[in-house]
Amino acid sequence: MKIIKLSVAAVITLSLALTGCAPKDADVQAAVQLKEVPGITVSVAAGVVTLSGTVADEAAKASAEEAAKGEKGVKSVVNNLMLPPPPPPAQTPVADVMDAMGSAVKDAVKDHPTVSASVADGVITLTGSIKKDKLPKLMMTISSLKPKRIDNKLTVN
Amino acid sequence: MALQEKYKSLIDAAAAQNISNLQVTEQGGVLHIDGTAPSGSAKDSLWTRYGEIDPNFSSGDLVLNINVTADATVTTAKVVTDSTNLNIRKGPGTDQPIVGKAAHGETITIVSRTNEQWWLVRSVDGEEGYAYSQYLSAE
Repeated sequence: MKIIKLSVAAVITLSLALTGCAPKDADVQAAVQLKEVPGITVSVAAGVVTLSGTVADEAAKASAEEAAKGEKGVKSVVNNLMLPPPPPPAQTPVADVMDAMGSAVKDAVKDHPTVSASVADGVITLTGSIKKDKLPKLMMTISSLKPKRIDNKLTVN
Repeated sequence: MALQEKYKSLIDAAAAQNISNLQVTEQGGVLHIDGTAPSGSAKDSLWTRYGEIDPNFSSGDLVLNINVTADATVTTAKVVTDSTNLNIRKGPGTDQPIVGKAAHGETITIVSRTNEQWWLVRSVDGEEGYAYSQYLSAE
């Protein structure tokens, strides 16, 4: 019995000693995680902290590393934090303008069933036929869409 | 320069009609005349002059973009369709659903001039939506 009691005491002492010297990885992980902003994943193995995830900028990346280094029990920090990818190049506004012009042209010729219109590179092309008295009003509307050119191939009757 | 020569009488008429913000620019072989007319009749007279130079507007060397000053105090417009009802739509575009109609000759309320093509209007029945301004004559 004595031997068992002694060995239990020895185990307890040993584990206390170990914990006292080097905090458990799980505890370090929890402590570091608390200091980091959401979105950063903290993992710890043998006192080495690995930071992963995405942060807004270089400054945030550096401060996250500093915060981890400051925690007790951290031997070193592997900073695998990434920055967000650069935004995709802005959609060429030209395309939007063309789309807007395309639908505006569609609106303009809607009530002229004999007229077809197409838009290419800012140039509006009119084909088909139209009555003479309707032509000026259509041309006024088409002109107000600020095309580069109006290719009027309408047959006037 | 040759284009300015060709449309000289039109440019002169624009100046004479007190077109504001008048801009005459030549780009890629096309003459652009932009400006704001003090009245619908001033705009029409310029288009008549244009029709005299190019009867079918088919040369493809002029874009005549003349707006008419929107008089903010004018808040009603007459429906000037050929004979049919004017569609009032949910949004500015013929792809938008029709929310109401205004009869030919009816006078409706202009809520706002959203752009040169589409005005936000209210019909006599109280339906509010967008109508194609070409079929509206502010009065």
